[in-house]
Amino acid sequence: MKIKETAAVISQESLCGGVYSMWIETNAAEYASAGQFISVYSNSDARLLPRPISICEIDKTSKPGKLRLVYRIAGAGTDEFSRMTTGDRLDILGPLGNGFLAPVSGEISPDMTALLIGGGIGIPPMLELAKSLTCSVITVAGYRSSMEMFLTDDLESAGKLYIATDDGSFGTKGTVIDAIRGEKIEADMIFACGPKPMLKGVKDLAESMGVPAYISMEERMACGVGACLGCVCESTAIDDHSKVNNKRICADGPVFNASEVVL
Amino acid sequence: MNTSVSIAGITLKNPVMTASGTFGSGIEYSEFVDLNKLGAVVTKGVSLTPWSGNPTPRVAETYGGMLNAIGLQNPGIDTFIERDLAFLSKYDTRIIVNVCGKTTGEYVEVVERLADTNADLLEINVSCPNVKEGAIAFGQDPKALGNITKEIKKKAKQPVIMKLSPNVTDIALMAKVCEDAGADAVSMINTITGMKIDVRRRRFVLANKTGGLSGPAIKPVAVRMVYQAASAVKIPIIGMGGIASAEDALEFIMAGATAVAVGAANFTDPYTTEKVIDGIGQYMTDNKVSDINELIGCVE
Repeated sequence: MKIKETAAVISQESLCGGVYSMWIETNAAEYASAGQFISVYSNSDARLLPRPISICEIDKTSKPGKLRLVYRIAGAGTDEFSRMTTGDRLDILGPLGNGFLAPVSGEISPDMTALLIGGGIGIPPMLELAKSLTCSVITVAGYRSSMEMFLTDDLESAGKLYIATDDGSFGTKGTVIDAIRGEKIEADMIFACGPKPMLKGVKDLAESMGVPAYISMEERMACGVGACLGCVCESTAIDDHSKVNNKRICADGPVFNASEVVL
Repeated sequence: MNTSVSIAGITLKNPVMTASGTFGSGIEYSEFVDLNKLGAVVTKGVSLTPWSGNPTPRVAETYGGMLNAIGLQNPGIDTFIERDLAFLSKYDTRIIVNVCGKTTGEYVEVVERLADTNADLLEINVSCPNVKEGAIAFGQDPKALGNITKEIKKKAKQPVIMKLSPNVTDIALMAKVCEDAGADAVSMINTITGMKIDVRRRRFVLANKTGGLSGPAIKPVAVRMVYQAASAVKIPIIGMGGIASAEDALEFIMAGATAVAVGAANFTDPYTTEKVIDGIGQYMTDNKVSDINELIGCVE
């Protein structure tokens, strides 16, 4: 069920340079699951297209429920969102796409270990996933430096957390893959969201470990619902929609089994 | 109050349709919009075989508009007939199938395949700016445009709408060429070729470098072109380009369009088509207009 409505901003805070955390009150929360995203519309007529933002946390205890969006300012639209304060209103559409748990429902038992890998602004969806999983959770988060770390307390309270920084100012120096190999982390399945080079590393890692990896892809989007074919990614199999090798990230994803996509 | 209009003998319950490529075949948007309310659904361009389209990024936002270079990704006519036309048959709306191809022969073959289907009208895409072969190559040369129109008219069972490109010097001439070649209607405008550069990275934003500009930014150009074409031809014109409200739609109708299409605005608000339909009705009530046909080309 996708909800298009005007949501209310409950709170907004800056987590670190350029990264913001916003809680909104919306009926979309009721239908949301980890790894899905929502389209957030600008209040400016000059900005036509919604910004797809991943869901960081879902609170269904109230009605309407609440969604937490943790996002980085990437342009004028997200800059506009970052200036919103309690009581401000913004149009949203969601939840959109398929979450992390859709492809593995019924396959996770409590004695398993899930490895969650997030890179940069790909980290936020890992928080709701860590909270949703009923098995053991190990999260590995990659940041540029200790100055740009965010959500570490939240992630730590939802499972074991390892950190990698590009400059070595905290945790393992290097990539999330370096941290996983360095700490000799083992798992029964992998979930990941982050930049494409990281996802490629995750795909290779999963193959070497012999476990499935579910990765969340990103691309510039327009409609967000699978109609415009703007945000496709190359798929290994012929896709159902266009009968070529292009899956729609917004509608067929954003989470794919890593073996489904060409990176 | 009469809101119905007629294109080549096909009656539409109201003049509002979707612009090709922005609405798929309505499957995705049917979750939001009651397709029965629409004058017509215009489907995304369909070719003889599946087309992969262009590399990504395929879309970029610009001030008051957007660029796209999807490149006509589509599943080909077989899947389209089996799945998309079957889906649309459940709804009480007119079906306009947008047809694309690399060669005249490919266009004609798709048109022939559609002959015995539930498609009400055919819209011939001779104006997509994002593919290397076909499409706009036909739409920018009056002779080529006349020839392909004639070839398609010879085989088409349904009325033929030629979709025109704004990337020409004289839109009235192109509309006239279509009319003279037997086209039943023209639709305009397709997107205006544009470009966006990321100055920080010193790179083109779109993988295709250029893309088609749509959205409110192009509306004045589109209204002007509809007016010019309406002054030159007698066949109906379907107007589009930046329509996001009933007022926008009425501009096109008063400029001479018999029907209008909502495109990029579907991305800003999936309910735009319904809002435009309701808004036109409200305008007619407020201004005591009993028949929408009175408004077509009424500007003075």
